[in-house]
Amino acid sequence: MTAADGGVAGFVLSLVPQGDAPILWVQDCLSEREAGRPYLPGLTTGRRVIHITLSRVSDALWAMEEGLRCAALGAVIGEVWGDPPALDFTATQRLAIRAESAGLPCWLLRRAATPGLSAARNRWRIASLPSRAHPHDPQAPGDPRWQADLFRSRQARPGIWVASHDRAADRLDFSAAFRDGAVAEGDGAAERRAAG
Amino acid sequence: MERQNDAPPDDLAVVLATEGPHGPVIHAANRAARLAGIAAGARVVDMRAICPDLRVEYADVQGDRQALDRLRLWARRWCPWTVVDGPDGLILDTTGSDHLWGGEALMLEEMETRLSLLGLTARLAVAPTWGAAWALARYGRVRTICPPGQLAAALAPLPVAGLRLDGETRLLLQRLGLKTIGALAAVPRLSLTRRFVRSALPAKPLLRLDQAMAGLAEPVASVEAPRRIRAEVRLAEPIQDPTHYLPALCEDLCAQLAHAGLGCRKLHLTVYRTDGEVSMVDLAIASGSRDARHLHGLFKGKLDRINPGFGFDLISLDAGMVEPLGARQTRLDGGGAAEDLHLPQLIDRLAARFGARVIKRPILAASHVPERAERWTDALTDTDGAPGPPVRERPLRLLTPPEEVRVLYAVPEGPPAQFVWRRQTHRITRYEGPERIAPEWWKDRPGTRLRDYFKVEDQTGRRFWLFRQGLQEDGRGGDPRWFLHGMFA
Repeated sequence: MTAADGGVAGFVLSLVPQGDAPILWVQDCLSEREAGRPYLPGLTTGRRVIHITLSRVSDALWAMEEGLRCAALGAVIGEVWGDPPALDFTATQRLAIRAESAGLPCWLLRRAATPGLSAARNRWRIASLPSRAHPHDPQAPGDPRWQADLFRSRQARPGIWVASHDRAADRLDFSAAFRDGAVAEGDGAAERRAAG
Repeated sequence: MERQNDAPPDDLAVVLATEGPHGPVIHAANRAARLAGIAAGARVVDMRAICPDLRVEYADVQGDRQALDRLRLWARRWCPWTVVDGPDGLILDTTGSDHLWGGEALMLEEMETRLSLLGLTARLAVAPTWGAAWALARYGRVRTICPPGQLAAALAPLPVAGLRLDGETRLLLQRLGLKTIGALAAVPRLSLTRRFVRSALPAKPLLRLDQAMAGLAEPVASVEAPRRIRAEVRLAEPIQDPTHYLPALCEDLCAQLAHAGLGCRKLHLTVYRTDGEVSMVDLAIASGSRDARHLHGLFKGKLDRINPGFGFDLISLDAGMVEPLGARQTRLDGGGAAEDLHLPQLIDRLAARFGARVIKRPILAASHVPERAERWTDALTDTDGAPGPPVRERPLRLLTPPEEVRVLYAVPEGPPAQFVWRRQTHRITRYEGPERIAPEWWKDRPGTRLRDYFKVEDQTGRRFWLFRQGLQEDGRGGDPRWFLHGMFA
């Protein structure tokens, strides 16, 4: 996956459980500049989003931890660019334990990063795949599909799937893995950390 | 009311104006303007004809009212009962408090001195009734004092406008030849009653006359000032660090707030140093709160800003912006849920550390232009009346500002075949569009070019939102430029 891919956010948002609790979305400055900020008219969930952009990664992680103390939130999503020293094993472990004790879903989206040590419960590597056929227009891209590679997990067997999001039903379908030469692996990482 | 420090020179005619149905109308005039013949209620254009070098400022009616309300509470230094009287007056019930200032004459002098120190000019009078004091202050001599026995004699030479009558009644009385209060009082009561039987109170001269002459009671109904909510600790020895006293102060403050049924939106921690200096820490809270643990938590890391000097011996914690806050039961079994769980508390904790401007929330706005289809507001704004989501599909992420790309395309008006963005070439396999979004002529500068948006998918499956700015021969600049504006899921 390359750095500026909207697929990760789409994959994560399709995993947010139903409800109308607000989402806390924390970004560091670099990921906002490089990959853009979430755009409300494009978020089909219809939820409130509380958005914070912080220049320091340690502040962003602190804000995520604070968010995990608040049960009124529906999810906490953080975005961190690259491999900053503040995001070490201890920091990920703090987040994971906080998320597990609060029972809140928490995702850390990492772009342009190497898959180093992390205490995340589930770690995914997401890449966009050519979309499904548009029902009305053969020229146009249809519902999105992603290659979802669960490469480390405490709860499930790791594996590679093709995930496709059915927007009409708001459903995420995982189908059997396949190997596609067009999808290069290992040039970036999107980690997903889910609690509970 | 004019503040002395920024007041214009006395010889310059200055008026304050408000918007009337046919243009600005004069709300108040200074002495120079009044001497030039300018009266309140006239139109500004007419008065410019009389006095060409007239300076016109807009009146802040709301601000004046608030200032007068504050002045009402400030005036409690002289007597306990004070009320606001109309847009420009205060009534003080000084019964039994004038001897504290050495008599009524000395009290009036003291008042005038104090008010002039505030930069206010005042006209004062003492009378047994509200109506008589109103008339004497506005139409009597300076600092008139009217003893109870001489009420009729003091009021008799004043014009009938001193009876707080409305304009039509004043005009009517003038036409009837009744120019002074004394002339009005000489008319038989029966005829006055019959003449004004259908009018409301401000138009009944007889009732107003009775009020002024103490025939009809008009008590001063004073409103209690809101109690200041404040907790403080006095220390025997000066200390350097207030940390240990904060929990108790917060507890004390929250107990007072709970007793009054209030929550506060601001906190001011003040330390009074032994060398006379004062140091303050201010905190803002997103929604009214009286949870001691939460309030205490907000001071984390803020106390470093206090400069203790040689130590301080008095710490006070003030609640600001108090608002009613009812008690809420969150659970049936009587146990309270932890206050941490509420969203406003989270916003507070984040705002206390990063500043309130960083924490924002997008809401939808009614516009076709993608940048204006969402607006960023405070995190706790409610979105009543916000428009629904857009009909067309929109990207999940937006780049601000849009980044320019180099494009290769087969036909000038068609979709691109390939584009280069951040030095990487993307070959387009599928596209959807164009979706034409015209500039908003009522907001945009003239010459803004229209945009044709394309949703494209490149060879690896990434989906982007591209737009072409302008058309080939639209006469608004050269060749159209291409930009990448967002990413789809």
